[in-house]
Formats: sequence, structure tokens, C-alpha cells
Amino acid sequence: MEDFLNRLKQKVEIREQIKQRDDLYFITIKKEQTELVLRYIKDNEKFKHLSFMQAVDYLDDSKFMLIYMLYSFSRKVSLGVSVFIDRKEAIMTSMHNIWPHLWQYQREIKEMYGIDFPSSPRVNEDFILESWDNMPPMRRDFDTLKYSEETYYQRPGRKTNDPKEYMRKKLYNDFVKTPKLRDDK
Amino acid sequence: MKEISKSKYKNYVADRSKYPLLKDGKPEFDLNSHMFTKIWQGPQHPGVTGNMSLELVINGDEVIDCKTHVGYLHRAFEKLMERRKFMQCFPIVCRICVPEPDTNEYCFSAGIEELAGIDIPEKAKWIRTLNLEMSRVASFLMWIGGQAGSLGMGIIGQWTVTMRDFWLDLFEEMSGGRIYHMYMIPGGVRKDLPEGFELRVKKVIKQTRELLVDIEKSFLNNAITKSRLQGLGFIPPEMVEEYGIVGPTARASGKPFDVRQNNPYLVYDQLVMKMITSDVGDAYARTLVRFAETILSIDLIEQIMHKMPKTGKIQAKIPNVLNWKIPAGQTYIKAESTRGEHGFYIITDGSKYPRRIFVRGASYTHAISVLEKLAVNISISDTAALMVSLHTCPPEIER
Amino acid sequence: MEKKDINEVEKQMNLANDGLSDKEKTLFSDARPQVVPPVHKIFENFRNWARAQSLWMLAFGTGCGAIELRPLMTSRYDMSRYGIAPRPSPRQSSVFIIGGYASLKTIKRIVRSYEQMQGPKFVIALGSCTINGGMYYDSYYTINRIDHYIPVDIYVTGCMPRPESLLAGFNKLKERIRAGRADGMNKYAENFDWYKKNQKRIIKDWNMPDYNW
Repeated sequence: MEDFLNRLKQKVEIREQIKQRDDLYFITIKKEQTELVLRYIKDNEKFKHLSFMQAVDYLDDSKFMLIYMLYSFSRKVSLGVSVFIDRKEAIMTSMHNIWPHLWQYQREIKEMYGIDFPSSPRVNEDFILESWDNMPPMRRDFDTLKYSEETYYQRPGRKTNDPKEYMRKKLYNDFVKTPKLRDDK
Repeated sequence: MKEISKSKYKNYVADRSKYPLLKDGKPEFDLNSHMFTKIWQGPQHPGVTGNMSLELVINGDEVIDCKTHVGYLHRAFEKLMERRKFMQCFPIVCRICVPEPDTNEYCFSAGIEELAGIDIPEKAKWIRTLNLEMSRVASFLMWIGGQAGSLGMGIIGQWTVTMRDFWLDLFEEMSGGRIYHMYMIPGGVRKDLPEGFELRVKKVIKQTRELLVDIEKSFLNNAITKSRLQGLGFIPPEMVEEYGIVGPTARASGKPFDVRQNNPYLVYDQLVMKMITSDVGDAYARTLVRFAETILSIDLIEQIMHKMPKTGKIQAKIPNVLNWKIPAGQTYIKAESTRGEHGFYIITDGSKYPRRIFVRGASYTHAISVLEKLAVNISISDTAALMVSLHTCPPEIER
Repeated sequence: MEKKDINEVEKQMNLANDGLSDKEKTLFSDARPQVVPPVHKIFENFRNWARAQSLWMLAFGTGCGAIELRPLMTSRYDMSRYGIAPRPSPRQSSVFIIGGYASLKTIKRIVRSYEQMQGPKFVIALGSCTINGGMYYDSYYTINRIDHYIPVDIYVTGCMPRPESLLAGFNKLKERIRAGRADGMNKYAENFDWYKKNQKRIIKDWNMPDYNW
């Protein structure tokens, strides 16, 4: 696996490399080289299985992270390839030609995060949300509690307690004073 | 397992000689030409698995085009988990998949433990493995009933669902819940096994084995089953890696993909198990593989019961859960569910709340890309059987 | 003068069916659902007794509660002995079981299936999430209380409710039917505009008739 990463480093720029476990690596690459890298490691390095592709919203840095989780059945190693794209112009090259099932992840990300993938098949169709007219809901600045309270009818009587206060008052006074899990026999 | 030559079946590339209207690999159909009919199968239909729907275009009784529609069970788990503390996430993760919630619990707990640097005690690992295998058996029993029901054999479903109920009784004894167990808490398991549990597991195993013999005689060796399932939904081995097919579906096409053996987690490396594969790749082969997997899981439960340490701690020390901060990091934990690779991708940022949790279910590709490809050119009466043979489970698609 | 008034009253009585195209408007009925008053007392008692004896439920698993309906059909709990049987079509069924949370996409199908059912019809709502949202109270895609969209006769609490509690719920429903108190259908007809207003508030692409006869 180290050999492979070194070989990859000679070809493209790897901005960050993390070894999480023996069978799990994460690398971060440049946005422009994504298609090149994915094609290379799929065709030449036997990372043929795409576990998933997803997006992560980094609101504070004004960035989206896209992660492609690949798996190689001959090496038995997972490799997460992540790319950062700008949050304001959220457009990414579509990779649906590399894996025939990638288009559905891109369709979901378009709907949930509003990241556009031009020329990806059926990308503008509804996937999960139907008749949705708000902002893409998985973005971090979308407040789901506020939306729920405004849109749906609340049944009165639901109480919200501060868990610490509630436990102190009602349930486990000793536990809050000296928090400690129960010892087993 | 009887060997059947592959050449008997038609290729997975659909036979388009009757319909020359093909554009970019997709059929072109004009609904106004009165040659084609568009019908919806689901969501209110007994022939779909769970709450999803298929938009079928048919000519006669032959399916020309299929589109899967999901989202009827969307509860926005991933959004809700972003605004809950780590321990508050725990009760909702098991709700992601109804027939087999334990895989979700395991993946979430293992991910949190890995990021927080907690090692769980040896006995907790064994109990977790036991729990996972028991849930596999329960889910497979439900599936056998579904597969038989899709062919009109409702009585098999009556048998297996009743037997599954006895497995649910064991879960109830172990964890207190029939369907949602919330047992594999981060740091170990919630409680030790009750006294005499082993005996009762053995009793249920004996009953299940007897039932499986009956099912093999009456369902697997049935002329109707064979004539309808053989040759249906043929998946060639080349398609497996391209389409991200995993689990028993991949193994029925001759690819030995099993997370439990490729990347052993918990105590699977200490158990003796063999890879169950078939090189045929149609719906009947998938049925045989899943049936053999059920027996394998029962064998594993017996092994676990035999090898499990009798005493020991079941919980590691975890910090105060009300104020639990986990250092920044990311990980991907996967486990083998009955449908294949089931994974949790977790990102933390050092706060009390997870940054992002993504749930990867095997049905995501099975029910959409693969089903849309396989459903073309089959009879409309076989769509239910095809769907069940891929073991599609909508809640893990839309979460 | 009089004739004009009658026309106006009729216009108010008939449904607008605004979600449909002009061609489709001719295909669907625009009549309102009517309240069915009880007939003579003895007859009504007999009819209620007969209704309670055969409850056919719609096999539409709208949520995760549907998984406990399968054991209910098998020999261990055996709901057939109470005269309950699953039916695949809404036209043949009299009980609608809302299996837990209803997402926005499902509530449209629930309304449609409920309206297609023939009267007398009853609704059982399973799980805490149909009562006040349960653990999905803050989710943007699941509704919080189902009784603002369709009338509910019996709630069965729990997450998930056990088959035994489901059976208890069915028996409670039978008691209510026999006592003549399970009149959700009439409630729906009486407060039809209120229910429609609530439904249309969340279902933004309303492309079906206002009442699915």
C-alpha cells in the first residue's frame, strides 16, 4: 500500500495522507486531478469497487468536501479520496463514466447539498425529496428544528429538559456528582 | 449445490431485437403509440419490498423500462445526528434498518470507539458477534418468506416468520427489545447474557434446523421455484465490481466478497467459516447462497456459544456521556449485513456533536442501478421475485 | 334569481380540483364527501356489530411499524381469529394502519389511499411518531401529528408497538365500533376544508383530485 501511495505521489499532488487503520487510508487531492486519479487507481491499481461517494459541508471554511470511498478486493484495503470544492460555486465534474452506479450518488448530493454535476444522467430529477421548495436540507445552515416547527403542527405537551439538570433533580444524584460507569461483577 | 451451465441463460445485456428504438443504450418509447403502458408498482402494492415504488413501462407483459423511486421512508437521520450528542445519536441509529438493526448499532459504536480510542473488553466482542449473527439469522428467515411469497407460496412465509419470532424472543431476553435492541452501546454491550441463555438458544437452533430441512424440501426443490427463478436476473461476474454489488448477491456470481472474511472485525478471525459462493449468478443461485448463509450463521452461533469466555467485563470505561468530546478525525467502519457491505462513515471535529455521519447500505446500488438494469426484458410478474432476490431494503437507501 | 343562488351554492359545494389539468378535470368526480348519519338505532347496532367482526386492513407498510404486522399474520399471534385479514387494495379494506412516521412523500399516498377506501373506514396509528413526532420531532421531512391530516380512531403507542399491543388496539377499535363512536369518516367529511387546508399546506405539488373517489 505504501508503494502504491509513493507511486501515486510521483504522478499527482497529494495534499494530505492519513493512515487510519491497516485497511483504511485517506488521501486528499486537487480538484482538477480528480478524474485522472480516480481513473488511474481504478484501472491500474485495482481499486475497482466504489463503496460510496458523499459530501461533507464545512461551513466555517466555506468549502464542501467530496469523498470517494474505494475498495480493492485484491489488496483488501479501503481508500478514501477526498476533494475540496468551493462552497460558493458548488460545481464538480461528473464521474459517472467511471462507475456506472455513481450517477445516483451525484443525484442525491445535488438534491441534499445543491452541488451541481453537469451532464450527469438524471441529475435534476427528484431522488428523495418531493415538492421541496427550501434550500438543500443537508447544508449546515439549514435549521431542521425551525423548519419542522414552522411547517408541521406540534402537539402541545412535549417538554425539553436539560439532561444534566434533569438527572440531578430526578434520577441519579450520585451519578452526576461522581460520574462513573457501573462496575461489572 | 447443483452445477448449471451458464450458457443456458440469456446474456445480461437485454435482447433488443424486437425493439430497435435504442438511443444511448436506453430504449426510446412513445407512450402515445399505444404499444407501451406505464404502470406504477408500489408504494401501495404487496409486491414491493417495503415502501418504495417502481415505474415500469411495459409492452404486453414484458418490462421495457424500469425506474426506481425511493424517499418514502426518508427521516433525515444524517441531519438529525448532526444536532445530537454522541450518546443521543445511539438510540436513533438502529432505526435506520428495520429488519436488521444490529449492524447499524455495531458500525456506529465501533466508529465512535475507534475515534475516541476506546478498547472494548474481550467478552463484549464475543457478545456483539453473537448478536450480529443472530440478527442475520432473523433477517434471513424473513427474507426466505419474502422470496417464497413473491412466487405465491405464502405458507413458507408463515413458517419462517413464526420461527423468526422465536429468535426475536431471544433478542428480547438479551436486550429487552423485540425489534430495536439498542444493545451494542459505545464501550461494550449494555448487559451480560442472562442465565441459561445458551440452553434456550440451542433449543431455538434445533427448531430452526428442522424448519430449514422442511424448507429445502418444499421450497428449494420445488418445480415452480426452479422454473421461475432459474435464469431470472442474471448477474455476470464482470458486472459485480463495476456496479458495486456486494454480499450474497456478489457471492452468487462467483466473487468471494465477504467483509467478515476479507477484513475480519470483532472475533470473526477466531471462527471457522467457509466462503459460500456459486458461479451461476441468477436469482436461484442467490436463493441457494442465502439459504446456505442461514445455515452458516447458525453454525457460527454454535461456535460462538462454545468458544465464548464465560466471565469477564462487558463494558469499557467511557467518559461522562453528557459532555463527551471526541477528537477530530474520520473513519469508515463496515460490517457484513445480510445484504452485503454496510458501513458508517463518521467525521468528528472535536466538539460534542458529530460533524457528519453517512450510512452506506448495500441496497443503495442493488435497488437502483442494478435493479433498473436487470428488470428490463423480464415478465412483469417476475419483478417482485427479482426485487426480493436482490434483498432490497428501502430504509437504508434514503435513511 | 332563485336559480342563480342554487348554482352558486352548488359551486361552493363542488370541489375545485385545481391541481388537475383541464383534460383530467373531466375524468374525476368533483363531489364532496358527505356525512353518513346513523340509521334507526337497532339497525345501526346490528350493522356496527357486523362491521366490528370483519376488519380488513390495507396492506400498505407506510413506515417501520409494518414489520410487526408480519408476525401478527402468522400462527403465533394469528389475527385471523379476530376477523382481521390483510387486503392488497384500498377498495376492499376498512382499516388503514399508519405504520409509524409519515414522511412528506408518503403522506400524499396516505391521503390518496385513505380517500379511496370505501366507508365505513377506520384508522389505527402505530407508534409514538404518529402522535407527536416521537424521536423525529425535529426532522424536516416527517410530519409530527397525523391527526391534522387524516382522522385517527385509535393510537397504539410504543416504538415499536408489540404485536400484543396491536391486538389490544384492534380490540379497542372493535369496542368503539360497536359503541358507534368510531366515526372518523364523518369527522373527515364535516371538517373537510380544514383537513384539505392542512394537507395542501405541506404537499406543495398537489396534482391529484381534491377527493379521490
